Amino acid sequence: MLNIFEIFGKYLLLLGRCISRPEKAQMYWKETFRQAHEIGIGSLVIIAIVATFIGAVTAVQFSYQLKSIGLVPMWWMGSILRKSMILELAPTISALLLAGKVGSNIASELGSMRISEQIDAYEIMGVNTPAYLVGPKILASVVVVPMLAIIAVFLGIIGGWLGGVAGGYFSTAEYVRGLQDMFMTKDLNIMLIKSTLFGFIISSISCYKGFYVEGGAIEIGKASTQAVVMSSIVVIIVNFFVAFLLL
Amino acid sequence: MIEIKNITKSFGKQQVLKGVSAVFDTGKCNLIIGKSGSGKTVTLKCMVGLFEPDSGSIEFDGRNITAMNFKERKEVRREIGMLFQGTALFDSMTVEENVRFPLDMFTSQSESEKRDRVNFCLKRVNMENTNKKYPGELSGGMKKRVGIARAIVMNPKYLFCDEPNSGLDPKTALIIDHLIQEITQEYQMTTVINTHDMNSVMGIGDKVIFLHEGLKYWEGTNKEILSITEGELFDFIFASDFLKDLRRRAKF
Repeated sequence: MLNIFEIFGKYLLLLGRCISRPEKAQMYWKETFRQAHEIGIGSLVIIAIVATFIGAVTAVQFSYQLKSIGLVPMWWMGSILRKSMILELAPTISALLLAGKVGSNIASELGSMRISEQIDAYEIMGVNTPAYLVGPKILASVVVVPMLAIIAVFLGIIGGWLGGVAGGYFSTAEYVRGLQDMFMTKDLNIMLIKSTLFGFIISSISCYKGFYVEGGAIEIGKASTQAVVMSSIVVIIVNFFVAFLLL
Repeated sequence: MIEIKNITKSFGKQQVLKGVSAVFDTGKCNLIIGKSGSGKTVTLKCMVGLFEPDSGSIEFDGRNITAMNFKERKEVRREIGMLFQGTALFDSMTVEENVRFPLDMFTSQSESEKRDRVNFCLKRVNMENTNKKYPGELSGGMKKRVGIARAIVMNPKYLFCDEPNSGLDPKTALIIDHLIQEITQEYQMTTVINTHDMNSVMGIGDKVIFLHEGLKYWEGTNKEILSITEGELFDFIFASDFLKDLRRRAKF
């Protein structure tokens, strides 16, 4: 049974082995683009649906409460929703969704490759397997997750507008006025920092879990579940510290 | 030629290899046989560098890989081809992509050179016209053939096969055995095959090494093995279907 320091040490060693001169850069780029496509395009629909409805439900619930207080102008809703989406909902909800979808996919893919000796086959050919199999996944994730978060922000804001206007809580003009009010670039920077970190956390933890699988199908399933649970927990903790330190 | 000298390997408290020494000749099919748990796979994995032996040395034509650094070992690995028990073909790649992967990764050949080499290797194992198929679309025997094509695409000096005919019907197993033997002789490779199939031993065992409980118990040729009349190797031989059948026939 490995203790937490051994696990962390093994995780860091795996990351360290990812940093090396590639045998052929072109092959690594090809693999990175393939991963970026799988993570990005493969997750776009689910991110779009969830972000739109999260935006809509946030708008409806906030508006309902603001209306009941009665003292706050409804055009604030644009501001509130924009800030909520940028600072919290888009990066965090996207990350949790991706931990489930991408994290489990990465862990089970690498786990299956380990069990079926495909990783050994790469090793015997002379390929640096962490650099070729793990590196591109982390790089792709670090680039693509912030892009997905940006898309989630836009769709969340659109969802908020649809939900609020359809529910009769505010007009389009009020919402647009709120969106334009008190915009801070710092918020965007924090979102990008968060989602980049989340991309790294999800992919690296999932790769670690999948890369070192031993056993059979049951262990692959366990590794996949552990990857999702561990990534989600670390995302939530890191989310707090980033907010605490940067806001 | 590959020479292993007194290699030992333990996993936790269990010592799997207790000092195995052997010489594997060039241009021959060298078979490592033994019961499950005798240390065959660990020996093979030590030789290809997937396991690090605790002590002893492994020499590829006089080059001791146990004393080499990572970079030097990588150079030796380029001279190794391996056929895995489960073939280990890359699921996400087509047959052609599987076979050409080492060429893409390690050579600067032109597209046409790579295509020609891939087609040549696939033709050599009678798998032409399957370039665009995925491993999932192939039978067990076809996968083994593609595995052999991938193993020889870089023109290796050393070929390792882990249980090459496990999971295959006897006829296909025979075809795979003979294919490995032909390729070994044709390209004068040092081939090391891990098996517990006595059909393979009798068919292609130019040199046979019997491992028992982590030690080399016997060494000889497939002709000599039948003269064994007692001991662990005798038990092993007569536990196999091939010789049971022979014995039965001899009885009636």
